[in-house]
Amino acid sequence: MYGNAYIDPNDQRGKTIEGEDPVLLAEFEARILAGEKIEPQDWMPQLYRKQLIRMIEQHAHSEIIGALPEGTWITRAPGFRRKLALMAKVQDEVGHAQLLYSAAETLGKSREAMINDLITGKSKYSNVFNYPAITWADSAIIAWLIDAGAIVNQLANSKGSYGPYCRALERICYEESFHLKYGHDNVVHLATGTPKQREMVQDALTRWWPAIMHFFGPPDTISVHTEVLMKWKVKMMSNDDMRQQYLDMYVPKIWDLGLVLPDPNLHKNEETGKWEYTEPDWEEFKRVINGDGPCNAERLAVRRMAEEKGRWVRRAILGEKANYTVPFA
Amino acid sequence: MDFFNESHVRAAKELLYKMADDQLIIGHRNSEWTGLGPILEEDIAFSSMAQDKIGQSEHLYALLHELGESDPDTVAFTRNAHQFHCCQLVEYPIGEYDFSLMRHFFFDMAELIRFDMLRNSSYEGLANIAKKYKGEIKYHSMHANTWVQQLGKGNEESNGRLQLQLDTYWNHALGIFEPGPHENILIDAGIFEGEAALQKNWLEAVIPLLEKADLQVPDTSKWSPVYGGRTGIHTAYLQPLLDEMTEVYSIDPSADW
Repeated sequence: MYGNAYIDPNDQRGKTIEGEDPVLLAEFEARILAGEKIEPQDWMPQLYRKQLIRMIEQHAHSEIIGALPEGTWITRAPGFRRKLALMAKVQDEVGHAQLLYSAAETLGKSREAMINDLITGKSKYSNVFNYPAITWADSAIIAWLIDAGAIVNQLANSKGSYGPYCRALERICYEESFHLKYGHDNVVHLATGTPKQREMVQDALTRWWPAIMHFFGPPDTISVHTEVLMKWKVKMMSNDDMRQQYLDMYVPKIWDLGLVLPDPNLHKNEETGKWEYTEPDWEEFKRVINGDGPCNAERLAVRRMAEEKGRWVRRAILGEKANYTVPFA
Repeated sequence: MDFFNESHVRAAKELLYKMADDQLIIGHRNSEWTGLGPILEEDIAFSSMAQDKIGQSEHLYALLHELGESDPDTVAFTRNAHQFHCCQLVEYPIGEYDFSLMRHFFFDMAELIRFDMLRNSSYEGLANIAKKYKGEIKYHSMHANTWVQQLGKGNEESNGRLQLQLDTYWNHALGIFEPGPHENILIDAGIFEGEAALQKNWLEAVIPLLEKADLQVPDTSKWSPVYGGRTGIHTAYLQPLLDEMTEVYSIDPSADW
């Protein structure tokens, strides 16, 4: 599961297509316009390569970091049915990371370099995983409503222009749709269960709603940068369009279960057909993405510990090159 | 179960409980590797094997249910440590990958042979389970052996780490084969050939594989099996594991989760 790649509008790096061969660039853009996929051995502009690496890498990191808050509940899942389903789900997420790192490697960055950038904090992952899953019901809300958000995002991106990423996403979406069914079934059981279960799931929903509203990222600033990425089918939908699509699909389902969303202003404007809502706290979003969230330090510490403890294994099977820590640059 | 007399049922239950409890607990432990493996592929492999083990344990508990015990969820999620019959080896925390790998090798080699022996059991329900899951367990043991070979012969560090785990937990591995009170009944009724036969087959299988991986089995003078698990005597690690496992279920055991 994954949120939208966060593109910092103030980031000046790699914004330019200056210096690209105009003939090759025109051919490249014509192919994309014609709906062709770009493959690893094809010519591509530097900016395209850079943005895709960044996006796919963030996506892969989100899958392995996302395994942590849910993974906590594998050992606590109530009963065989839930325990087996949750194990399979989280295993899928780690499998997605494996697929995605492979897709990103076709663009020229090694898995080791990507993981290194994750644990040194250089590379981001979906902000939503910097929040804790406090109860079993949180894990149910994540499996339903965060995975649902991931599907909206990934289905859009699977229509993008880079072949290996699209193919990975198609397979990922197929698995995510099972996760969503699992999550929905789990939430339905809690929402229609005992008063205690109902209270648990309502609390979890209230807790997760701001993070869900943050999920697709802040409203896009229209910039030349965004335009070129959309033209190249790197970015397929604006953050707001995805958020609207999501609200349209899931708010009615949440209300059907008799659950309450903690935003009195949330409603669909029948005239415009658009959902209106209280803007979530975007300052908090920026704070958390820059490292100051409730679980940022813990998530990276766990990942670092896993890398550190596993180093001897990689050294033994791959030789010294497995010791890949590079200077923080 | 018509051909079973009461003593057969007692003996079969004892066998089923220890097998199911072993699988549930090692499956639970192996699931703790999710998100933490030394490489992503190992993360995925341990998670996959954990699912198989827990699925197998559920099937064995279902067989116990047929023999009059409570349903699988109740049996798995409401007992205390002293009511469990797993061997102590499976209870230990996952530690580092070297320990988890050696345990996985010891346990899955034993399980492979146990299931192979049970294919001909006179207890049809158990024979069917043995046939059904033999394929899964074959892959688990292949996985364990592949990694033991790779790391045993990897470099000095990886060989040293595996050797240390082998030395430390060899006697715990022998504890898998703790004889139960009904061995002769199981053998006479053709339900199972018994723990002693299993141990003999296991030693014949694992010693050459360990030697091939440049690892040394401790001298027989040092062999002293760690027993107790089968009769409810456990390490201090089991009860906290069960407390965690039942944390949500026990909020309301009568609720539909």
